[in-house]
Amino acid sequence: MIEDMKSRRSLLIGSATTLSVAGLGVVLGSAALPTAARAATGNAAQDIQLLNAALGLEHEGIAAYQLGAESKLLKPEVLKVAVTFQSHHKQHRDDLIAAINKLGGKPVVAKSEADYAKELNASSLKSQADVLHLALKLEKGATNAYLGVIPSLGNPDLYLFAARVASDESFHAAFLGSALGEPIPEKAPMFG
Amino acid sequence: MKTIGNSLWLALPVAAAALAFGVAAAPLPPAPSAHPPASPPPANASRGAEVYEAKCGACHSLDANRIGPKHRGVFGRKAGSVPDFHYTPELKKSGIVWTAQNLDKWLQGPVKMVPGTAMGFQLRDAQERADVIAYLKQQSGK
Ligand code: HEC
Repeated sequence: MIEDMKSRRSLLIGSATTLSVAGLGVVLGSAALPTAARAATGNAAQDIQLLNAALGLEHEGIAAYQLGAESKLLKPEVLKVAVTFQSHHKQHRDDLIAAINKLGGKPVVAKSEADYAKELNASSLKSQADVLHLALKLEKGATNAYLGVIPSLGNPDLYLFAARVASDESFHAAFLGSALGEPIPEKAPMFG
Repeated sequence: MKTIGNSLWLALPVAAAALAFGVAAAPLPPAPSAHPPASPPPANASRGAEVYEAKCGACHSLDANRIGPKHRGVFGRKAGSVPDFHYTPELKKSGIVWTAQNLDKWLQGPVKMVPGTAMGFQLRDAQERADVIAYLKQQSGK
């Protein structure tokens, strides 16, 4: 898949780097574009790679909540929260797919649920707390991952997009930490 | 104006004292030299384990390929050599060997070191880099 993408690189460099900023704004939501006049900058092919890694992360997050939901370990009210958080990740996934398509890239597809179960060691989940701890670990990691990728992105419109997604993940982490009775971190900044 | 002036006069000696204390308390820096690069801060693998979970854990595990390749054994290995992970061709053909120095450079700017790579995550804190590298080294049995 990545190779397919690479073979289109010359095409990308020729056309996608001059992609209309307005077009990207439609993809990312109007709030991502404070100034319509901003020039598209950076290397679109590179941004596609980084967005695809983020998309892989969202696919995995969706699968993790799916595994949790199907585990029968979650109480009904917790299950409801898990499904809502999963829907946020589906929105992130869809936004990333749209952004990658807009840049002329090929979005990575999700692996099978069995693959995710294996790589996340789902067989070790024995209680609701185990599921929530896994979700917390992934959400904290995702917050940091998005923040740490921002300085590598070429197109400034993607900075705000990544920061907004990171904020969603940190909201999830805060909620899960509180549900698990974890202490509030003493030191700020907490992420990044 | 007067208050500002006063507080400034008060603040200055305090700052100077703090500076003097800081300099006195800090270990002597190595003699400046253009050649061997400045040695990284003393590393701690158990702190590195925490950094690894918090900063790398969304994409990597020691023993499973996820968004990024599995990491056990990465220290001293050639880049792009986990057989069942789908790397970018750029990383695969980079010829990099993951020494401490190369890992440090990678974590400061993977896209700069290997343009076209799929890893964009930057770890900007030198201490965190040293710690996580020590952890990867330990987990690679090196
Ligand atoms: C957003 C996801 C993401 C995050 C966060 C991330 N990585 Fe990566 N990493 C990747 C991807 C994807 C690759 C494969 C890159 C390629 O094929 O070009 C990779 C590759 C690597 C490699 C090369 C491994 C090999 O087998 O050649 C090392 C070393 C590495 N990462 C270390 C780290 C460390 C240490 C951290 C945390 C400080 C980290 N990564 C955080 C996604 C990530």
